[in-house]
Amino acid sequence: MILQALALTFRLAIVVTVILMVIGLPLGYWLATSRWRGKFVVEALVALPIVLPPTVLGFYVLMAVGPRTPIGRWYHAITGGSLAFTFRGLVIGSVLYSLPFAVQPVSAAFSSVDRKLLSASETLGSSRWRTLWRIMLPLSLPGVLTGLVLSFAHTLGEFGVVLMVGGNIPGATQTVSILIYDQVQALNYHVANQIALLLLAICFVLLAILYALRRNHRLGLWEWQ
Amino acid sequence: MRDPELQTPRLHVAVRKRLARTGSATTAFELDVEFGAEPGFTVLFGASGAGKTTILDCIAGLQHPDSGAISCGDFVLLDSSQGIDVPTRQRQVGYLFQTLALFPHMIGRQNIEYGLASLPRSERDDRTRDVADSFAISQILDRRPSQISGGERQRVALARALVTRPRVLLLDEPMSALDAVTKAKILDDLRRWNAAHAVPILYVTHQREEVYALGDRVLILEAGRIVADGTPHEVLGRPQYESVAQLAGFENIFDCEVVALHQDQGTMTCRIQNSDVVLEAPLTRVTGDAGLRLGIRAGDILLAGSPPMALSARNVLRGHIVTLQQADAKVIAEVDCGAKFIVHITPGARQSLELAPGKQVWLVVKTYSCHLMQRQPGA
Repeated sequence: MILQALALTFRLAIVVTVILMVIGLPLGYWLATSRWRGKFVVEALVALPIVLPPTVLGFYVLMAVGPRTPIGRWYHAITGGSLAFTFRGLVIGSVLYSLPFAVQPVSAAFSSVDRKLLSASETLGSSRWRTLWRIMLPLSLPGVLTGLVLSFAHTLGEFGVVLMVGGNIPGATQTVSILIYDQVQALNYHVANQIALLLLAICFVLLAILYALRRNHRLGLWEWQ
Repeated sequence: MRDPELQTPRLHVAVRKRLARTGSATTAFELDVEFGAEPGFTVLFGASGAGKTTILDCIAGLQHPDSGAISCGDFVLLDSSQGIDVPTRQRQVGYLFQTLALFPHMIGRQNIEYGLASLPRSERDDRTRDVADSFAISQILDRRPSQISGGERQRVALARALVTRPRVLLLDEPMSALDAVTKAKILDDLRRWNAAHAVPILYVTHQREEVYALGDRVLILEAGRIVADGTPHEVLGRPQYESVAQLAGFENIFDCEVVALHQDQGTMTCRIQNSDVVLEAPLTRVTGDAGLRLGIRAGDILLAGSPPMALSARNVLRGHIVTLQQADAKVIAEVDCGAKFIVHITPGARQSLELAPGKQVWLVVKTYSCHLMQRQPGA
């Protein structure tokens, strides 16, 4: 039971983190470099999940993927199934919920790269793509790593959105945090305590590794080149 | 490769750009300059905010003028009348930023080779070795910018810009943080390199010592316009305009009027306005009686503790010391002779003359240390 929930939780966190990096890197780059006037709207939208109660976000995701909406019908037409109360629905909800935790550190890191370095790269004949790859990305690595770890850890510990979108189906949508809640409801405090402690330890170790790496990034992270 | 006849291509720059106000200057103004630059050093000299860096940015394509034409030999970088605006990465311009902008995550060798990506490995190695020899940095190529000295960083940045064989080299106050000896050595190496490659080098600075050190030619920029063009000694030694004089380091600048001309002796007598101080100055062609100014360098004035006798200098003024200030290795004395003069003396002179505020002194100024100029350019 615990192992099943743990495996599911990690699977969810890994899938969500990968998707968030695919979305977060270009979005963070765009937020850091765009001069479009309406950019603030996008910034506000990205930050929304930080302040919004997870139940509100979960509710809207549930409504959006429900069988009567265009998204739900389209999904049903393709797969014959529903997104609500499935692992895939969980992924969609979690991606939205953890988006700011991926985008904001990445965007901040891109913004803090000295613009003169980018100009220098250009005068030395480099394309934008090469400048991004050789200059901007390596120098933003600590921020990218922060986004990565925060996405992962945040998805690990998420509760409200999962409950709204996924419900509590062991093996399909029952994550560790839901299981803890379930055990407390059943007055199994001992089991709840074991799982809670495990989650606490995992999150702490992840963050400790992150901050240790960031501290040494001048010595460590650039060496990979 | 390049046609031998194009070995010494001339840079031509004509740029107009309306500048929104940033930084120190108070009003918006239009940058409007046109000049040519032969291979060798051309110094762009002016106060900060005069538009020097904007000119370099326009040449590199990092900023875009409202209108203009920039070319080097027959290679057109920009021609707004024909809609030509070559992207920065294809302009083949070497640009050394004030902050150097070395890539902090790369060692010296990677920095230098960054602009050579399109060349085969062997060619890259050859060029890097050559430029590293020329700038004496072979020993530090395996170190990061944070692990080498300021002078070495300077050399690596220069090497990085030059190894790509640019058509033009732009230097934006790159040496301002270096001591004089280091600076002189680097400039020597750059000169030697350019003797072989002969590209136009635009060197932006606001330090007049650098202007004299670089020699060849100086353009003085003020509020977006070129107000003087010539050798440093022509332009800074006898400035025609007050603004240039301030840049050129004239600590004493007075409003004055001409009271007598002595054509036969090649001199004229000037009186400092609102005072009885009369000075003999060389006969100058400067005209326009409303806006005449007299400039004297603080270091060109002699200070005597008793009335000096039998001198060739024509101007001896009696006054008293108002203040004395120590600044580095020199003493700045303010002396009131009816008009207030700033005089630079050595700490030793201060001691042996027993100078103190209130003490009576005599100032001695050679005729040829008095520089007459017009108040504003364009009169």
